[in-house]
Amino acid sequence: MLTVADLDVWFGQPPDRVDAVKGAGFTVAQGESFGLVGESGSGKSTILRAIAGLIPTWSGRIEVDAKPLSTDRRDRAFFKTVQMVFQDPYASLHPRHSVDAVLAETLRLQGMDRIDQRIEQLLDDVGLGRGFRFRYPHQLSGGQRQRVAIARALAAEPRMLLLDEPTSALDVSVQAEILNLLSDLRAEHGLTYLMVSHDLSVVGHMCDRLAVMQHGRIIEIMGVGDLRAGRGREPYTRQLMSASAGYSAQG
Amino acid sequence: MTEPLLSVRDLRVTFPTRQGEFQAVRGISFDLGRERLGVVGESGSGKSMTGRAILGLVRPPGRVEAARMELKGQPILNLPDRQMRKIRGGRISMVMQDPKFSLNPVMTVGQQIIEAYRLHANAPRDRARQKALEMLEAVQIRDPERVMNAYPHEVSGGMGQRIMIAMMLAPEPQILIADEPTSALDVSVRTEVLNIMDGLVRDRGMGLIFISHDLNLVAQFCDRVLIMYAGRVVETLPARDLHHARHPYTCGLLDSLPRLEAPVDRLPVLQRQDSWRDGDIVADRADTEFPGGL
Repeated sequence: MLTVADLDVWFGQPPDRVDAVKGAGFTVAQGESFGLVGESGSGKSTILRAIAGLIPTWSGRIEVDAKPLSTDRRDRAFFKTVQMVFQDPYASLHPRHSVDAVLAETLRLQGMDRIDQRIEQLLDDVGLGRGFRFRYPHQLSGGQRQRVAIARALAAEPRMLLLDEPTSALDVSVQAEILNLLSDLRAEHGLTYLMVSHDLSVVGHMCDRLAVMQHGRIIEIMGVGDLRAGRGREPYTRQLMSASAGYSAQG
Repeated sequence: MTEPLLSVRDLRVTFPTRQGEFQAVRGISFDLGRERLGVVGESGSGKSMTGRAILGLVRPPGRVEAARMELKGQPILNLPDRQMRKIRGGRISMVMQDPKFSLNPVMTVGQQIIEAYRLHANAPRDRARQKALEMLEAVQIRDPERVMNAYPHEVSGGMGQRIMIAMMLAPEPQILIADEPTSALDVSVRTEVLNIMDGLVRDRGMGLIFISHDLNLVAQFCDRVLIMYAGRVVETLPARDLHHARHPYTCGLLDSLPRLEAPVDRLPVLQRQDSWRDGDIVADRADTEFPGGL
């Protein structure tokens, strides 16, 4: 489904060039859920944004369905296959567009027909119900907003979702609801997920395999079983695992 | 029985709205000793508003009422601004969530710490500078001279938060209110920041109110926990017993967390009940040295 090889992503021009991602490579199979973990600045979100076409300064190889992507703008066919859900639902929804307007615009952009029925279907899919159709973002809670953002991503009927910390702005009880929703949608629609998170337990819950990133490099790719068992090959992975296991006083 | 550092009874914070009065905090009571007290709850549960009310940071038309709010026996409820300014930052300090918004972007780190210290300690400039350097060292900043001359945008998030802590602790407050101090930080930096606060409670006998939504972290880091729901404390218990909590809300919150060692297909979802809003407080009173409070 997705192949990334020798990916370099940078910002700025020399001498101020910052190499955010260096030589990253991984593959995600059809129907798989793959996680990218690491600390802030490790380049995990940058990889996602490069795939989505939000950063033009990259080199290497990104293939979706064995078709290589260029550094140009993504075409419509790409967005029919791949869609992205952002971290902060407070920032990713237009404050003066109703749920109906957000979804209708997306559906029209994707050249969909039967927009009316599709909006109702999307709202049902993400567990919001039709009563939410004409609400504005400020009338929604954080979890409801993230559901709208997921509905918007599903509008194009993509086969792959890029999830950038989809629950880190939400309370834990709401996080559980959204993670369940994502699991259900993946099962129902046969979706492939590429998920970025700093929370190892969320990645452990959602993903089959994961890549650990540090300073722009992928240092280790592991199965979720190894993550659960605390078996990290690299010292940094083990350090990350023990740090996220919680706090233990020094001395 | 030792005298508590801070004693709060029946604290209420009310805001007038178009739909009538809204109580963000609905009568909470607790005592704080030289300990790490965790305050946990979801967004909107009133945990941050409790911290702000103690510091007199609730702006009109918001109202703060309490049967008692005392700092070492001295009433501090709704003091005039002049008096409150002496307490705020001097005897009670607060560290907020995001250092990006709480540091002044157009002053160097050094200037800010020195200003904060001189405001309360009335010290000459060179002594304040010395103190600022000491504080930066105390929060484990390796090159304090360089950091003193840096602007906030030139330091990382973790360093920014340590600078905030250094600034807040320079006047040696008796109480530190930390509102999600580590939420914006990476896990490895988080441990360092927690160690610093832990050391201050142990070595200086400071009282710490640690406001957080992270149940696991609070269970490991704090001594005692208050769990807030809809503006009230619904349960209080020793932090080490958090995983044996009895209130259905606390249990529901704990269950909804994904756990690496116990994988499940679907996460249990919290079913909220109206009775939690006004139900009895589940409290384990035996564990506190302040029988009057929770």
